[in-house]
Amino acid sequence: MLAVTVLEGRAVPLRRAEVDTDQIIPSEWLKRVERSGFGRGLFSEWRDDPAFVLNQPSYQGATILVAGPRFGIGSSREHAVWALLDYGFRAVIAPSFGDIFRTNAGKQGLVIVPLGDADVDQLADWITEEPDLTVVVDVERGRVEVPARGWQRDFTMDDWTRQRLINGWDDVGLTLRHADAISAFEDASTTPSLGGLFDGSGHLV
Amino acid sequence: MAGRTLYDKLYDEHLVWATPGETPLLYVDLHLVHEVTSPQAFDGLRIAGRRVRRPDRTLATADHNVPTDPPATPVADPISRRQLDVLDQNCREFGVTVFPRGHENQGIVHVIGPELGVTQPGMTIVCGDSHTSTHGAVGALAFGIGTSEVEHVLATQTLPQERAQTLAVTVDGELRAGASAKDLALSIVAKLGTGGGIGSVIEFRGSAIRALSMEGRMTVCNMSIEAGARAGLVAVDDTTIAYLLQRPVIAGRADRDQLVERWRSYVSDDDAAFDREIVLDASEIHPSVTWGTNPAQVVALAGRVPDPDELPAGPEREAARRALHYMGLEPGTPMRDIPVDVVFIGSCTNSRLEDLRAAAAVAAGHRVAAGVRALVVPGSHRVKQAAEAEGLDRVFAEAGFEWREPGCSMCLGMNPDQLAPGQRSASTSNRNFEGRQGRGGRTHLVSPAVAAATALVGRFADPREVA
Repeated sequence: MLAVTVLEGRAVPLRRAEVDTDQIIPSEWLKRVERSGFGRGLFSEWRDDPAFVLNQPSYQGATILVAGPRFGIGSSREHAVWALLDYGFRAVIAPSFGDIFRTNAGKQGLVIVPLGDADVDQLADWITEEPDLTVVVDVERGRVEVPARGWQRDFTMDDWTRQRLINGWDDVGLTLRHADAISAFEDASTTPSLGGLFDGSGHLV
Repeated sequence: MAGRTLYDKLYDEHLVWATPGETPLLYVDLHLVHEVTSPQAFDGLRIAGRRVRRPDRTLATADHNVPTDPPATPVADPISRRQLDVLDQNCREFGVTVFPRGHENQGIVHVIGPELGVTQPGMTIVCGDSHTSTHGAVGALAFGIGTSEVEHVLATQTLPQERAQTLAVTVDGELRAGASAKDLALSIVAKLGTGGGIGSVIEFRGSAIRALSMEGRMTVCNMSIEAGARAGLVAVDDTTIAYLLQRPVIAGRADRDQLVERWRSYVSDDDAAFDREIVLDASEIHPSVTWGTNPAQVVALAGRVPDPDELPAGPEREAARRALHYMGLEPGTPMRDIPVDVVFIGSCTNSRLEDLRAAAAVAAGHRVAAGVRALVVPGSHRVKQAAEAEGLDRVFAEAGFEWREPGCSMCLGMNPDQLAPGQRSASTSNRNFEGRQGRGGRTHLVSPAVAAATALVGRFADPREVA
């Protein structure tokens, strides 16, 4: 996955609560079997509106999304993360996140930054007034900064996710270090498998 | 030592490896796969030269994209057709059992797992679908995952997984006449809000949960994710055992007695402590309907569209305003005055035999209102056959409902069953997000009985109105 230590860029205010993954990437886009090209579908229903914030020229090229509480609730579709990354976002700052979305983001190198409601509001106000404002997300130190305002806030991230993000580590490779433990678990397990239940055509034997 | 919750037992039993500073690894007993969230995962295996570690713990079915026309009808959308074909090809290449469109075992992934009996107490079950929480009804730890995790499970049969918080949702008392498991689920989501379960696994407890059938428990567990909880659980009891012993893959097993004995251990200990608990009184739960664009925006069917100005100022009020604008509703309108265009009875929430029986009982001897399109989509071929054996298909057809082939259908806009922009539905599915049932569509979530009554009246209706 993408390795990421420090992000520095402009940010977009998306002042909506409960932005679910159906809004991030509508299901018609989920029929594709590829992993790339989802940026065009990002927020596609909202982007039909010329007044939508992503359509404003001043926010083109921004890499950080600042959103309302419970961002990414709903469907497990990792396509939501692929769409945000493909569009150019590298981090999302919000008061809270859906669990599956947060996990998916951590697998792909999209940085999840939880901050308090008041801090997110403050940040959204500033980037609304001044779209060119530089925002810094420091993954290594777990800190968000707005240097021009002398503002900084710490955010929490579990150590393992931080390590994986900084090093760009791929989970499958990490897990396969423990292949012996997996085999030992399997040898001891008595939980029924599907072995022998179905014939080659999927009919019950 | 203090007692353990059911969740803690399931988590502890599946721990493969743990060390401080790294996310622990959990073993996955059953991995369910469908066509939407798996193609990129199989691609990942191919690129890395990996195989599926345990094809005998992996099972695939086609559901999201399948048209609900008769199986002989070609899949018209080339992108959907390709995704369905790719699932077949991947399963053949990697040795995974797959139920394609039209197969006798095919259906919605969360319907076929329990009905076949491959979903069993004490298991860890994952699927690239957030409604995997459904399987928790049998006392299994079941949760939805993303495509990177699907690839991880295919390759390793494990998943890095932190221990969740435990949340007890206790529902005591008796459901009143007319209120169903779906109304209970909606009431729980309304009480917790869309984020109340984030970071938690819910155990549904109390006399009202115990009184539910297995299918009702599946409906409740199914909607755990709508409150933000990745998984929902119900402890094993006699209802669970009786259901399981009738399942096709369990009924004939020689070791049934040993299995049953083991299954009975999948309950929370009496002295187990939960991190949080909320309590509901079942007798206060009414037939319900959503009014907005998230599943926590619920009102009694006898109630009115709420007024955002009566909510505290802030994001909630703003969200309610946006929702009413999208839904095309005025504050104060009685819900039962609102006309609908489409009624959908189906989805992994409400497409099982009991759901269809409840809807058919309301529809019998009546006619769908003029101008309303009403669809009934059984959750699987087995559900469809069982319903037809009882004559439910004829009841629906005579009342003017369409009786269709199994699939996810109108729950989400990935197949031909969709709302047109501006159309309003009464739907037994689980999500009323903007555009969920088709761009510009307006979704109201209801129970099967309310959906059927609404189809007959043409407005949101209580089943007792049409009796």
